Amino acid sequence: MALTGRQSLFATLTGSLVAGQAMAVQPYNMPVGVTDTSRTLYDLHMMVFWVCVVIGVGVFAVMFYSIWKHRKSRGHKAATFHESTLVEFIWTVIPFAILIAITIPATKAMIDIEDTSDSDMTIKITGYQWKWHYDYLDDGVSFYSTLSTPRAEIYNEEPKNKNYLLQVDNEVVLPVNKKIRFLITGNDVIHAWWVPDLAVKRDAIPGFINEMWTRIEKPGVYRGQCAELCGRDHGFMPIVVRAVEQEEYDQWVAEKKASVAGAAPMAASPAVAAPSAVAGDPAEPAAVQVNNHGA
Amino acid sequence: MSAVTTHDDAHHEDHPSGIMRWITTTNHKDIGTLYLWFSFTMFFVGGIMALVIRTELFMPGLQVVDPQFFNSMTTLHGLIMVFGAVMPAAVGLANWMIPMMIGAPDMALPRMNNWSFWILPFAGFMLVVTLLLPGGAPAGGWTMYPPLTLQTGDAFPFLIFSVHLLGMSSIMGSINIIATILNLRAPGMTLMKMPLFVWTWLITAFLLVAVMPVLAGAVTMMLTDKFFGTSFFTAAGGGDPVMFQHIFWFFGHPEVYIIVLPAFGVLSQIVPVFSRKPLFGYSSMVYATASIAFLSFIVWAHHMYTVGMPLAGQLYFMYATVLISVPTGVKVFNWTATMWRGSLTFETPMLFAIGSIILFTLGGFTGLMLGVAPADFQYHDTYFVVAHFHYTLVTGAVIGIMGGVYLWLPKWTGRMYDEKLGKIHFWLSMIGFNLTFFPQHFLGLAGMPRRIPDYALQFTDWNMLSSVGSYIFGFSQLILVYVVIKCIRGEGDKATDQVWEGAEGLEWTLPSPPPYHSFTTPPEVK
Repeated sequence: MALTGRQSLFATLTGSLVAGQAMAVQPYNMPVGVTDTSRTLYDLHMMVFWVCVVIGVGVFAVMFYSIWKHRKSRGHKAATFHESTLVEFIWTVIPFAILIAITIPATKAMIDIEDTSDSDMTIKITGYQWKWHYDYLDDGVSFYSTLSTPRAEIYNEEPKNKNYLLQVDNEVVLPVNKKIRFLITGNDVIHAWWVPDLAVKRDAIPGFINEMWTRIEKPGVYRGQCAELCGRDHGFMPIVVRAVEQEEYDQWVAEKKASVAGAAPMAASPAVAAPSAVAGDPAEPAAVQVNNHGA
Repeated sequence: MSAVTTHDDAHHEDHPSGIMRWITTTNHKDIGTLYLWFSFTMFFVGGIMALVIRTELFMPGLQVVDPQFFNSMTTLHGLIMVFGAVMPAAVGLANWMIPMMIGAPDMALPRMNNWSFWILPFAGFMLVVTLLLPGGAPAGGWTMYPPLTLQTGDAFPFLIFSVHLLGMSSIMGSINIIATILNLRAPGMTLMKMPLFVWTWLITAFLLVAVMPVLAGAVTMMLTDKFFGTSFFTAAGGGDPVMFQHIFWFFGHPEVYIIVLPAFGVLSQIVPVFSRKPLFGYSSMVYATASIAFLSFIVWAHHMYTVGMPLAGQLYFMYATVLISVPTGVKVFNWTATMWRGSLTFETPMLFAIGSIILFTLGGFTGLMLGVAPADFQYHDTYFVVAHFHYTLVTGAVIGIMGGVYLWLPKWTGRMYDEKLGKIHFWLSMIGFNLTFFPQHFLGLAGMPRRIPDYALQFTDWNMLSSVGSYIFGFSQLILVYVVIKCIRGEGDKATDQVWEGAEGLEWTLPSPPPYHSFTTPPEVK
């Protein structure tokens, strides 16, 4: 039996709703992530967010009420009051108290994040223009990690794959449930290593070493990007962390060591940059050099 | 915007006409006009760069520009908007209005005033011309961090000297403003009787004098690092790149309050007029402004939470930073209380003021979120920060200043602006601005970093929306050009002295337009 006009409309609307659900909603919030830290930061973020929503709704409600009720066109006559010490006191003290309430859990989180002691393993991360280098200090594995998205995709000659701009040739494989300490530095300019799902971000500064840690609770692939402007291909030096169970990690280490002295062959230049020649044994930090990046 | 010159008493004006008038003028009204036109021009130059950015970001993939040029666009957009558009606009308003508001005949140092302005076109030219140099324009961000900025090509000295010139202009202008406000107030106008706009500029001028030299120091150290063998910021020579960040942000944080406080002053002028009620809590507003200014000096490292500061530093800067929301909140509450039980009308200046207050408050909220140091590990260097500072800078400073332009255009030109066009300009700006920047909160939280010309596929939809918004916002500013020109050409109703029913203050006792030299005899202030 053919649908009536109204039934047809209803079917169309619900159909598009269902289809809409099938298409993923573009992400709009911080990830909860897979570490205790990422969960703590998510909760802190949401707590401050809701405090702001409540205050905002309150203030704007008063304002909009006034805009409606106190308009001259409604015949409202202006009052003459123009000060009140009591009111000023109240709306100074209450926000101050709210701030204290916010900074207490934030302090606790900060102390926890900065505590890199008692780690199970250490990885040295070096930022280069425009790739990352990883040195597993305990396991004797090291390699460069470079963007592997094909140039053709970037220049719109081929359709973009699912992990466009978030894929690399050599992933950072890490064991789950171990406290991993990162030592991070830069080779040339300041970069920053950031993986949102781990809630780890720290600047990679040439001549200095920063420390941070993570403990990944769930196996999976977690993607991040450089988070400090570092030149032409700042947007093209991603990070891919693959967290695996301990046995798989050990196996990966063994395989990496077995392949040529732990050094991946010099990776092809990032898809869009002019080729940058970085020679030498990756275990030795490159000497401080003047890169002529004028062009 | 020529103020009428023939209404002066017995004295014929002995100043040149034509181009020489504008080159040699020492008149605060003329110089205010020069600043405003310069800033309006730079607003469009910076705006075009923003459109280049948003066009590239419309879809994933590189379609329009080379990544290096993209970085130059973000860099120049920031420098031009901050130093070429917003700050000169605020100084333009100061020049036009402060002498009239305090009953003074002109600024205290009129010849220095001329130089303060005329440095600016040279500085702006030096910056923009770098686009044509080998190596291209600077591309290290408006924040100019080394070592990256040391990789700039031939443009490097142009960048440094342009920053120096811009700084000199601001310092001279600020000295002038302080000297004027402290010395030339009409008898009876005590400090606590001055209009809020004068107060916020007095405080801003002190901030400028304190921190512009610090920026000059930072960029000079970079200059000597590049050319004269020093190693202030290179580790290989014993220096520290992070020290640049400390010095830069010691300037940079007060700078953002320098940008916003004059606009706050404008809001404090607009809201009472259209509420037909005095500003609520005048002294609180003064103290709140002073508190903001003081606090602005001691919070700088909240721009640096990820550099690897010791724990104590992170915690201190977090506490100090979140504190600023208290006096800022006080100001928002006071504006709301001014409106409360007033007799409100919603002409264009009031629309801009209310829009500014509401949207700046949103920017203030994200500022509070960003101040929470551990959470900032997820926000830093993402589009969440970009959204935050555009909500505060654009809706705080730019929208506030535009409200001031609409408020004072009838005074300057003697003609009412086209109210219908003004309202259209306002609503299109609101729609365009929010479409551009609200989705950027989502982008940042979802993980999109700043300063990238291309992005992963999950960021596509919000970027597309943002780019569409940017075109609406950008092109709707052309309406303001038309509105201003219409006024100058004398179209529109003649403006009275008072212009607005609720307007009070010395500036509203002068004719519209005011004489070329006003208050040559100081008025009595009761």
